[in-house]
Amino acid sequence: MAKLLDKQRYKCALGAMQTVQAITRAIPVLHSGPGCAQKLSDAIGSSGYFSPNIFPCTSINERDVVFGGAEKLETTIESALKVIDADLYVVLTGCIPEIVGDDTAEVVSHFENAAKPVIYASTAGFKGNNYKGHEQIIDALTEQYLEKAEERQKGLVNIWADVPYQDLFWLGNIRELEKLVGELGLTPNTIFGYRRGLEQIDKIPKAEFNLLVSPWVSVGNMKKMEKKLGLPYLHYPTLPIGAFETSKFLREVGDFAGVPAERVEAVIAEHEKYYYYLIERYADMFLETRVMAKQFSVVADAQYVLGITKFLVNDLGLVPARQFVTDDTPKAFQQQLRQEFARLNFGLAAEVSFETDGYKIHQQIREHDYHGYPLILGSYYEKELTEEMFGHFLNISWPVQDKVVLDDFYVGYTGGIRLIEDIYSEAVQRWN
Amino acid sequence: MAFNFDNTNVATRENRIGSITGYIGTLGDLAKQSSCGTLKGCARCFSQSSTCLSTCALGQLSAIRDVAIIHHGPSGCSAASAGAYYLDKVMAKKRGVTNDTVYVGTDMNEQDTIFGSTDALAEIILEVNRRYSPEAIFVTSSCATGIIGEDIDSVVDDVKENIAVPVVAVHCEGFKSRIWATGFDIADHAVLGSIVKPPQQKRNTINFKNFYESARPEIVEMFKNFDLEPIFLYCNSTVEELSHISEALATTCICGTLGSYLGNGLEETYGVPYIRSINPLGITGFETWLREIGRVTARSSAVETYIEAQRAIYIPKIEAIKQQLTGLKAVLGMGPGYTFEVSRVLDELGIEVVWALAWHYDKKYDNGDVPPSMEHLLERGIDFETSVADQQNYEVMNILKRFQPDLYLSRHPGSTVWAIKNGTPAVYVADEYMIFGYQHTLEFAQAILDSIHNRSFEQNLASRVKLPYTDWWYQQNVDQFLEEGKK
Repeated sequence: MAKLLDKQRYKCALGAMQTVQAITRAIPVLHSGPGCAQKLSDAIGSSGYFSPNIFPCTSINERDVVFGGAEKLETTIESALKVIDADLYVVLTGCIPEIVGDDTAEVVSHFENAAKPVIYASTAGFKGNNYKGHEQIIDALTEQYLEKAEERQKGLVNIWADVPYQDLFWLGNIRELEKLVGELGLTPNTIFGYRRGLEQIDKIPKAEFNLLVSPWVSVGNMKKMEKKLGLPYLHYPTLPIGAFETSKFLREVGDFAGVPAERVEAVIAEHEKYYYYLIERYADMFLETRVMAKQFSVVADAQYVLGITKFLVNDLGLVPARQFVTDDTPKAFQQQLRQEFARLNFGLAAEVSFETDGYKIHQQIREHDYHGYPLILGSYYEKELTEEMFGHFLNISWPVQDKVVLDDFYVGYTGGIRLIEDIYSEAVQRWN
Repeated sequence: MAFNFDNTNVATRENRIGSITGYIGTLGDLAKQSSCGTLKGCARCFSQSSTCLSTCALGQLSAIRDVAIIHHGPSGCSAASAGAYYLDKVMAKKRGVTNDTVYVGTDMNEQDTIFGSTDALAEIILEVNRRYSPEAIFVTSSCATGIIGEDIDSVVDDVKENIAVPVVAVHCEGFKSRIWATGFDIADHAVLGSIVKPPQQKRNTINFKNFYESARPEIVEMFKNFDLEPIFLYCNSTVEELSHISEALATTCICGTLGSYLGNGLEETYGVPYIRSINPLGITGFETWLREIGRVTARSSAVETYIEAQRAIYIPKIEAIKQQLTGLKAVLGMGPGYTFEVSRVLDELGIEVVWALAWHYDKKYDNGDVPPSMEHLLERGIDFETSVADQQNYEVMNILKRFQPDLYLSRHPGSTVWAIKNGTPAVYVADEYMIFGYQHTLEFAQAILDSIHNRSFEQNLASRVKLPYTDWWYQQNVDQFLEEGKK
């Protein structure tokens, strides 16, 4: 049912055009109103090989609403194949064709024998948010494009993480996850970002397993691939940030993939040594900063709330105040996620609210006693609020206006160090 | 045209003033066909995505201070609220005021498209009022609510009695018009119909419709010379201020596309003269515009004194840069409120326009006249190839490849990068005051010169990237996908 979406932190399912955009040389073809693409894009690395104003669009008008837009979709796809030099064309439906009943599947079926693959995904805005839309794209690939492989490639692992572009750090994070998995002697395969496109998509069925690093996004995708492609999966719900969680992550992945324990431990030991070399040198600053309370709140999607909470508690010894998950996490995953927030060092547990109403989030932050200047990691909406509370603010989740990120990342050992740098770059600007 | 504020719906530019988004020809032909009434827009059987009129409508309304926007639709429609929040905060901070405008969505889901959600909407309006006590509430539709026939007018009528401030239904279904500027009219219609009150007294004010008021301090200073106070609309406007705009001596606008509905509406409804000269861009534009304000407000001699003093400072400097710009060739792509005005300024600076794209074209304004900027160009014997394309980037790229101009000028986000990838230096005419008056005309000329002088960035990038269009497309005529007779 319609609800008050106050200070919104996600977009609609059609926002999945950004998931397609993240696949090199894949182009979204929109069956939607003329302005959906512009509205759903941000100036955060959008002017790559394709940008939203390159996306072909049926630009539905009043006439199409009355008479249907199937014919227009047909000419749009046909022309897109001629005009745009892409490897994969993904037709995305917006609200209008799905309400008036255009048969998109039927139109797309006319292009079965086209020179390039054309698939479609149902991404009407009212079907859910862009986290769900992202899942629709991966499901569309599984259902309409991928086939079960005859042979598996030893050590090949598909890695899946959270939603490109919605996640400010998507590009850096996925590269760093690849790097870590690669150090275990495995061969990572991902489909998003630089030099990751159709060739990598084609490799998906040949992997030994899928590795999903996300609290809930894409769990359904993994199940679908397991069923159709026979790919087992390891679901690691926590985005590993910092030494504690990354070492745990490497052990679990190593164990699942059958990597010898000595190899895993050697990789971990090497990383931890350098990590603690850095931490040791800066420990005095962490301890002697006068302007930061021990308590913090994260306001973000499930992956960052969980990942950062674990990092700040288990690595830096901070104490969680209430945490706010804003991605409209499906009810079925909420209980499981609450349990994750209860598994912190020294028996600590973080209270967590699954809340999409920003007004209520701000009310709870205002009412909480952080016993000092709070640390708030959240959306741009939390900037002014944090300033009112004389706290420290870091803009880590959408919408982002306070930070420019090209390929920075928070995942892994190095990512933990980057997050520390960002937090204390804020803190050092005040004396008391 | 008669303005009817009893109806919350405003007709689209296509239907109201015969605006088009598809044309290829010359400026002269476009003007001729406009005045003799034969101009018909073409449709495209292939297009790339452009802009939603609701972005324009709600971008305008959400810039007003301390109001509430309730965007009834799926979460993608209200995604613009994030940008509006940011803009409201930084614009208010710059001005030294506060802005507590809220822009919320209703996160409509599939069930709502089947059963409707008017009850939930009514409750949301009341809750927003309880939370924020805004000065006005704008309740807006979306494509989804429009198609299922959600009756937001009735919902607004029902909740009105429980809310002390204006509650206004705003109809902005994105499919209504390919001309996003219709959104400006929709915002003006809401303001004129529900916020503006009949005049009680005359004031020494001049309504100044603009986008982000960057030149506000200097314009305030300038108008002091004429004992006039500019009231900038709508960025950082208050509802109280807006309620009095019928009391102004005149209305003017930085962009004809942006201001025509409000200007004509105020003139026709309350007798506030609308300044219809060419725009205050470039030297001729600025002087013509300022003289017209002087004439309308009976301040001509003060205006002449000001012009004389300013000319002495700036004209020699502008002339010096002009020497270095003369002979350059340019392509430009902008909204029609700017395309033909900037073409005129480029001519003033000695730059030859080889092709001008307008994102749409209004063959007449709401008073029935052909846009004055075109008449001005043709009177001076300037003509060039012209097309009307709603930001169709593939057409722009085809044109740039063919003409390889020295310069591309654009006014919309996301478009300059493509010129640069083509190796063409690009100037992003982002700020609406970028060419305003003498000082900014000088800055504009300098910006062009700087862009031409150092081409490192575009050469570095262009030599390393592949363009996304096929060779086939570059071999086609730019009108390949235009279909005559269809809309």
